[in-house]
Amino acid sequence: METIKNYFFRDMGVMLGRSMRHILRSMDTIITVTITPIAMMLLFVYVFGGAIQTDMDNYVNYLLPGILLIAIATGISYTAYRLFIDMQQGILERFHSMPIARSTVLWGHVLTSLVSNAISVVVIILVALIMGFRSSADILSWVAVAGILALFTLALTWIAVIAGLSAKSVDGASAFSYPIIFLPFISSAFVPTESMPAPVRAFAENQPVTSIVETIRALLSNQPVGNEIWVALAWCIGIMLVAYIFAMRAYKKRG
Amino acid sequence: MLQNEIAISVQGLKKSYKNIPVLTGVDFQVKAGSIFALLGSNGAGKTTIVKILTTLLKQDEGSAFVNNFDIASNPGNVRQSISLTGQFAAVDEVLTGRENLVMIAKLRHLSNPHQVADDLLKRLGLTDAADRRASTYSGGMRRRLDIAMSLVGKPQLIFLDEPTTGLDPEARIEVWKIVKELAGNGTTVFLTTQYLEEAEQLADRIAIVHKGRIIVSGTLAELKKLFPPAKVEYIEKQPTLEEIFLAIIGKKEEN
Repeated sequence: METIKNYFFRDMGVMLGRSMRHILRSMDTIITVTITPIAMMLLFVYVFGGAIQTDMDNYVNYLLPGILLIAIATGISYTAYRLFIDMQQGILERFHSMPIARSTVLWGHVLTSLVSNAISVVVIILVALIMGFRSSADILSWVAVAGILALFTLALTWIAVIAGLSAKSVDGASAFSYPIIFLPFISSAFVPTESMPAPVRAFAENQPVTSIVETIRALLSNQPVGNEIWVALAWCIGIMLVAYIFAMRAYKKRG
Repeated sequence: MLQNEIAISVQGLKKSYKNIPVLTGVDFQVKAGSIFALLGSNGAGKTTIVKILTTLLKQDEGSAFVNNFDIASNPGNVRQSISLTGQFAAVDEVLTGRENLVMIAKLRHLSNPHQVADDLLKRLGLTDAADRRASTYSGGMRRRLDIAMSLVGKPQLIFLDEPTTGLDPEARIEVWKIVKELAGNGTTVFLTTQYLEEAEQLADRIAIVHKGRIIVSGTLAELKKLFPPAKVEYIEKQPTLEEIFLAIIGKKEEN
């Protein structure tokens, strides 16, 4: 189908416009994905922050990468939710019986996830700036940060797609994200891992979030990233590929 | 379009879900420009037939041609020439009526999506509600919007899977009016229903599906002839289609 291929990106644009409207019309989504991480940032900086010892004098600088990951982990649960609702309402069947590439529907949701998470990340960084976040990073480092966050978003989004496609209820569709939202707490996102008991520390230092947080923190403070960036990239790309394969399989099974 | 042209031709269609046979050999033909009703109780296999003909499901055995395209080898062309109004109103509840129609018009790559939306809103009496979210619509309005979305791009053949299930009598009569208008304009309508009166009111030809098989098909007049001879009673009355239906199924059951 030559014509269908020619329209692929245009159709995906229509799908993107559709789900962006869903986001903008849902106060709940906006509050959960931006206001909650911002509240958490306020809480950690102005309440707990005084008691936390890090190797940085500016705790906002230390905290920001972890907050961004939490915001993204919250954001992708809505991708699963929206996909699940599409199936429930039968609109997915309508799209599938139309002369458009079936994968546009899925890619539309994935693209929406990227765009909406990018928006909430920017909003949170702006608030962090007001709270005293400062960065000496150059443009290239910022591009690298954006790239890693985008990869992290994609990896989690494909997990969300699996959850959305295979869930039996609305609650089930978004429940998978809770452990992911929790991961940054058991990492170096809020406190240095040195302060944790040995088994917890071992887990914290070897789970994906720590390497991602450390990499972003190093990039933003203009420090050498060392090996962490490769570990972070390997985690993101690895999770993304595996999740993508399973998501596509679940999608084909759905018809 | 030629009156004698065949819009749908189905031979020996079989489908099982996990070894449970749903369709056990379905054959029928639908003339272009006619209203064809598939009548049967819940679980008879009506929706499965619709899903196969609209390329949402693949048959296990048998063949089917829709608008002269083989559904197995040419699903893209099939989708180009049909539209589906599924069992559950497949509208996007977050979008307004107008936005729903514009979205479908864009996905069908029409050159003037807004004009198309305006025309259909007017035609189905939704102009006043055009800019309200579909979630605020009544069941009847939602169904009308659903049908309007199926009319975008003027497909030659429209599938309506239980279009009046769950509607109040008034909304039901409205849908009937729309279906009659469609057929009057030369569109082929393939309708499934569990309401005998609906088939009686609308259909040029009726096929009764029971336990995965078409047990009888013909015009209403032909079906009436199949009715067992009238018993001698004090009051002789014409059999209703309901009686025909139950009698035929009862007879099959005994065999």
